[in-house]
Amino acid sequence: MLIEAKDICFSYRKNRSILEHVDFTMDAGERVALVGPSGCGKSTLAQILAGYLKPESGTILFEGKPLPRKGYCPVQLIYQHPEKAVNPRWKLSRTLTEGWEPQEELLKWMGIEKEWLSRYPAELSGGELQRFCIARAMSPKTRCVIADEMTAMLDVITQAQIWDVMLKMAERRKLGLLVVTHRMELAERICTRVVRFEELVEENPANVL
Amino acid sequence: MEHKEPILDIKNLSVSFRMYEKGLEQKDLKVISNLNIHVDEGEILAIVGSSGSGKSLLASTVLGILPKNASVTGDMRYYGQPMTIELQQRLRGREIALVPQSVEYLDPLMKTGKQVVGVRGTKEKQRLAFKRYGLQREVEELYPFQLSGGMARRVLVSTAVIGDAKLIVADEPTPGMSKAMAEEAMSHFRTLADEGKGIILITHDIDLAFEYADRIAIFYAGTTVETALAEDFGRGPEALRHPYSKALWEALPQNGFKPIPGTQPYAGSIPGGCLFAPRCLYKTEECLGEIPMRTLRGGEVCCIHAD
Repeated sequence: MLIEAKDICFSYRKNRSILEHVDFTMDAGERVALVGPSGCGKSTLAQILAGYLKPESGTILFEGKPLPRKGYCPVQLIYQHPEKAVNPRWKLSRTLTEGWEPQEELLKWMGIEKEWLSRYPAELSGGELQRFCIARAMSPKTRCVIADEMTAMLDVITQAQIWDVMLKMAERRKLGLLVVTHRMELAERICTRVVRFEELVEENPANVL
Repeated sequence: MEHKEPILDIKNLSVSFRMYEKGLEQKDLKVISNLNIHVDEGEILAIVGSSGSGKSLLASTVLGILPKNASVTGDMRYYGQPMTIELQQRLRGREIALVPQSVEYLDPLMKTGKQVVGVRGTKEKQRLAFKRYGLQREVEELYPFQLSGGMARRVLVSTAVIGDAKLIVADEPTPGMSKAMAEEAMSHFRTLADEGKGIILITHDIDLAFEYADRIAIFYAGTTVETALAEDFGRGPEALRHPYSKALWEALPQNGFKPIPGTQPYAGSIPGGCLFAPRCLYKTEECLGEIPMRTLRGGEVCCIHAD
């Protein structure tokens, strides 16, 4: 198993838990869509799986071991709002090479123009910035990508362009892909498995009791 | 029957920004050029198009909340009156309401309930709006950072619908909302429109747009390339007029998910003639000349090859 989350509990406020005994597993090369109503905890789960938040209880195993606490994280999260995920005071060349040095070929493939590298985030549109965020997360050490509404803010042609590259890359490197989305058409188009958030919660025997 | 004035009528609108190039040299960067739209009473006009094509900028222009270095030319009329700065000041928040695009428009230090009531709303109206959008009573006691993306979006929509605005400009009201909730919000907009209000709906969600809107304006690189009837999108690419609109349709996940290569031209390096020409399959010599907007099959299109 690439990712194995067991019995995850999490709450932002006391006595108001948002995740209760949630189990989730995903294999390498699998493309899983996670769908569910807004505010139900999809993004929270995504952040927990990527190691941004620490669950109150439960374990997350990556290839059988806990996520590394130092160094490059093999599970990378891509946000819905790229403008919130980049440093506004850095030129994009610096943002892009934060985690690794992407090769020119990848940039070309992602449709990143050379002249964008010397610009600041405010000088690019959302779709263009999102390409940087994806390229930044695509180091060879990345084994799993969690896309939290990655293309919700983009126009449909840019969406199709970005998913086209993403799917080719996932295929080639046998990446695990978790797609958090509200759009069933998209989920059915790109994913091998669709998971409804409600099922994750209901299926757990601890919740049935 | 008397001919009714459109609520908002925009002709030949251009917006440019004055910016420093090098040292004290300044230049004007034109981001919206020759844009034409109008909204009638009882109508939802959807605006779709590429990211960065000036859709949100149009919203700011209508409300008169552009930054100081912007200059606007063209003819903008509200019920036939020329839209002046004074008129915009008088109208915004009263007769023209905005659903902002970003959750960051909320005041981070004020509880959401109080923000939605605002200056002219009442507690009852706010509770009614929250109830309609499935927000629980305790949400009004939360601060914006405690909301999820979809909840914040519903709070933003509530701020615009509790007033008695005649024109609502909704800038991407639905991303992050679940399908059922987005449909609830759209059918509420539909009800408001049927009561005689005008609604400008800026969105990427073409499926929702053609289900609930009356007309759809398609934006590309700061101008309208086509105005289509909403049902044209349901009928597929043959019913659409501009090659860019057809490409949009074909890029939908359920219709092939086909990415056409290239990006839209930048403000500042806009080519002459047709703006879509560099990516267009039907490009010919004539596309480099001036392309007028013309009426075609009940809609309008800015392409010489459309038929």
